[in-house]
Amino acid sequence: MNETHEPVAEPAAVTTDGHAPGEHAAHDVAKHIRLYVMVGLTLLVFTVITVALSYIDFGTQKANVAVAMLVATFKAGLVAAIFMHLSNEKRMIYRILIFTVFFVLGLFFLTYLAWYDPIVR
Amino acid sequence: MEIPYTVTARPDTGLWNAKVGIWLFLASEVMLFGGLFSAYVFLRLDALPGHWPHGLLNVPVGTMNTAILIASSVTVVMAWASLKMRRFNAYWWYMLVTILCGLIFLGVKLAYEWPEKFVHFGARIKTEALEKYEPYLGNKHLLAKGRERRIEITGHLHNHEALHDPNIHEYEIALDKVNAEPTNPESDRPHFWPVHATDKIAHIDKKDVEFAGMFLPNFSTYFATYFTITGLHGLHVLGGVLVFIYLWLPVGANLYKRNPEHLANRVEVAGLFWHFVDLVWIFVFPLFYLL
Repeated sequence: MNETHEPVAEPAAVTTDGHAPGEHAAHDVAKHIRLYVMVGLTLLVFTVITVALSYIDFGTQKANVAVAMLVATFKAGLVAAIFMHLSNEKRMIYRILIFTVFFVLGLFFLTYLAWYDPIVR
Repeated sequence: MEIPYTVTARPDTGLWNAKVGIWLFLASEVMLFGGLFSAYVFLRLDALPGHWPHGLLNVPVGTMNTAILIASSVTVVMAWASLKMRRFNAYWWYMLVTILCGLIFLGVKLAYEWPEKFVHFGARIKTEALEKYEPYLGNKHLLAKGRERRIEITGHLHNHEALHDPNIHEYEIALDKVNAEPTNPESDRPHFWPVHATDKIAHIDKKDVEFAGMFLPNFSTYFATYFTITGLHGLHVLGGVLVFIYLWLPVGANLYKRNPEHLANRVEVAGLFWHFVDLVWIFVFPLFYLL
């Protein structure tokens, strides 16, 4: 076992984490703190908006569901992009997630096929 | 054995190993919850008119729990950022707040929301008997407005023995407001503040009832999916809290002294899981509480 096996004992410096220069370094993180708080507040505001919208009649129940899911998707996108750092991630992670998106959409499509079964309906 | 690439990036992936690991795990979690959500869509689309209840959950409490989960997502990312800036004290406090938020979320769910359902009674009326209970259902009023009819009478059960004793032929219940004043326009749509049982009493003949019982998973498709999805989500919250407690205990401080970046990475990975749990709740909340 003589691979490039780095020793784990590292000093308390900030740029020895093997990340690309600039990414997630201490001064970068400090800059992002305001963003994290702002995103948190935005999510809270949109939670209130979700609740308020549910008491507005958009004509049909389906329309209300669509509006609520739109807001939820926006909120989920914020969490994924900012809190989970997906707005600035390595290619490997995106590769994993492309497959995930493909398969989860396939899963929902199967459900749709079952529901729309023309033989039963 | 020493685990490689806990703080340094593996040359081929460009990432430290745990990051790839957690994302693979989260991908499998997406499939797990995706399966349950697609089952939810299927069951809801196929529900017969009146069979998908609205306004049975406590919206203010659900909203509060949503806010608590969002706040904990902020504090966990702040805990991570504190470690990155080598401020262990701040990390310790942010982590403590995150743990408390998780515990409050679980406490509200297990000590209040679920038990409140376990003592709430409902009787689903047979189609042929709906007319007889019109004073409690107000279906003529609803049909005139083009709304779905009601098929359930809910409230607080007075004679619990009726659930098991075949010699008792009727349920005596203190009606929920929606059944006490079914033609009141206020009852047409769910309200933000939960409306508690009134003191108006109704007697429901057992032979007119298709199914009666407490709001347990077996009561309806709605409650089956509600308890399954919020239960699985709750288990995830519990798992996250346990990991956070582990990282917050002196184990974390010791690791920080040896290698602060390693602790930061562990917190980042645990945080990614926590954000995912928050993300799932962002969909659970409107789907079950509001729509």
